[in-house]
Amino acid sequence: MQNYIIRVEEAVQKYRDRDGQMRTVLNNINLRVRRGEFLTVVGPTGCGKSTLLRLILGSEVPFSGKVMVNDVEVKEPSRDRGIVFQKYSLYENRTVRENVMLGLELEQFTIFEPYFRPIKCRRKRKEFREKADIYLERVGLLRHADKHPHQLSGGMRQRAAIAQAMVMQPEVLLMDEPFGALDIGTREAMQVFVLEQWQKDHQTIIFVTHDLEEAIFIGSRIVVLSQYYSDDDGGSTTTHGSMIVKDVQVPWPLPRPTDVKHTKEFNELMMSIRREGLDPDYLQNIKDFDLSHEDAAWWNGGMGWAN
Amino acid sequence: MSLFKVNAKPSINAGRILPLLPFIICIVAYIITAQVRHDENPKDKLVPTSKQLIDGFRRSAFEEDRKGEYRLLVDTIASTKRFAIGVAFLFLGVIIGLNMGMLPYFDLVFYKFFLFFDKIPALAILPILFIVFGLGEVSKIALIVIGVMPTIVLDTYLRAKAVPREQITKALTLDASHLEVMYRIVLPKIFPKVLETIRLNFKAVILFLIAGESLAATAGLGYRIFVVRRYIAMDIIIPYVIWISFLAFLADLAVRIWIRKKYTWMDK
Repeated sequence: MQNYIIRVEEAVQKYRDRDGQMRTVLNNINLRVRRGEFLTVVGPTGCGKSTLLRLILGSEVPFSGKVMVNDVEVKEPSRDRGIVFQKYSLYENRTVRENVMLGLELEQFTIFEPYFRPIKCRRKRKEFREKADIYLERVGLLRHADKHPHQLSGGMRQRAAIAQAMVMQPEVLLMDEPFGALDIGTREAMQVFVLEQWQKDHQTIIFVTHDLEEAIFIGSRIVVLSQYYSDDDGGSTTTHGSMIVKDVQVPWPLPRPTDVKHTKEFNELMMSIRREGLDPDYLQNIKDFDLSHEDAAWWNGGMGWAN
Repeated sequence: MSLFKVNAKPSINAGRILPLLPFIICIVAYIITAQVRHDENPKDKLVPTSKQLIDGFRRSAFEEDRKGEYRLLVDTIASTKRFAIGVAFLFLGVIIGLNMGMLPYFDLVFYKFFLFFDKIPALAILPILFIVFGLGEVSKIALIVIGVMPTIVLDTYLRAKAVPREQITKALTLDASHLEVMYRIVLPKIFPKVLETIRLNFKAVILFLIAGESLAATAGLGYRIFVVRRYIAMDIIIPYVIWISFLAFLADLAVRIWIRKKYTWMDK
């Protein structure tokens, strides 16, 4: 069991909509993630992929079921799960370096310590500064360390956000559409960049995106979350909530050259995901899901889910 | 003629001269009015000539009165002290608003209360303040605090609420405690905006200050205006009004410069 850093067990999430009705967003999600895995989550708009990420992050708790990180149930966000959002990851009142140092300061200083023990804190800050600079060097922002976020381009801001999360060396790095607001060129450069970072310390990463090509290219394992499926209970796609309809290993070893995007196999994988996960008119039966990844939970012939 | 065009681009010289125009018009109109009235009745008290105004200011500022004090100085010190204490209390309002905005239970307990409290016209309860706190300094400060603090509380509350949820979550993943989220993440972020609100409320502070002084005080800018009113001493009142406005303008300017120099990242 210790192999799995994250275990999501029969997680269901429901929200109350405007009419006061409960609406199921996630239906019975089972997911196990190994240490060092680069998992991408993809799915159509409104399928709840960000919800799944927030469950793992702990900013939401599931309606039923549970989320375990290192065999401890997740209750609220904590320092072992770092996060990079599409926006608002950086604090605009701090410089880039201060943003990266922030986590170290919050971890090691209590709230009033800088006022009562200024000498100790000044010495510590020097250490933090050196550590922050190592990470800024890594993301290529050392030259811009004294700028405020508003002076950076979108890509630079996301790199700073990644450094800000990575400096804490969290057990898991969660990324919620981190490149969603970037133009294509920057986006591809950032994908390569994240893969490089992952190679350096094989951090467990969960990467949510709506871009199919990105999801396949960047991940070692891909999970497709979708509300477009049929089950024998006859629930409709708008009410029964999303499930994991596909959970497969991405066949090419990481890191992979960008050329892989143009191969036949890559395109076939894209086509099958598009059909099984993203096409509202193609409703795959719950028994036919392609859950071929070795860690996937599979449908046990009407007996329930087997982990 | 580009006077009524939204995309007009005034020249640099226009930028220098035009802002002065309304001031000049007002001053000239005043001088003419005073002249006309004094031609008719040399003893006119309502619109003193500029010479009389300057003389009035000189007597208040540079001549000792019967008690051997420089009145303008004494009044300015008394009023500034009250103003400063009042403004200091407004920062207490910032703390209250921050807690309300960040902690859902504080929100539930205090928000509706402050919303109602904010609607109480402070001047209407001035008699109560005088009865409860007496005629001393406490009731004057209390008037300022009761009159202005709810606005500051509610403004801080709304600004704290408007901080993106992501930034709060992010702070928790960076090992911030809940107290640190409030005081090390959110407060520094909203502080310049809050300062801006406090600055815009200087006017309300001064309003309540003068209202309090006019009813019970032994010194103060507002007190003086209301005392000399009995003698229709316009040559004192008008310089005092200009002096108060000038001080208020300076206080406002100081905070504006503070914000612009220290918080370069704001509004970006």
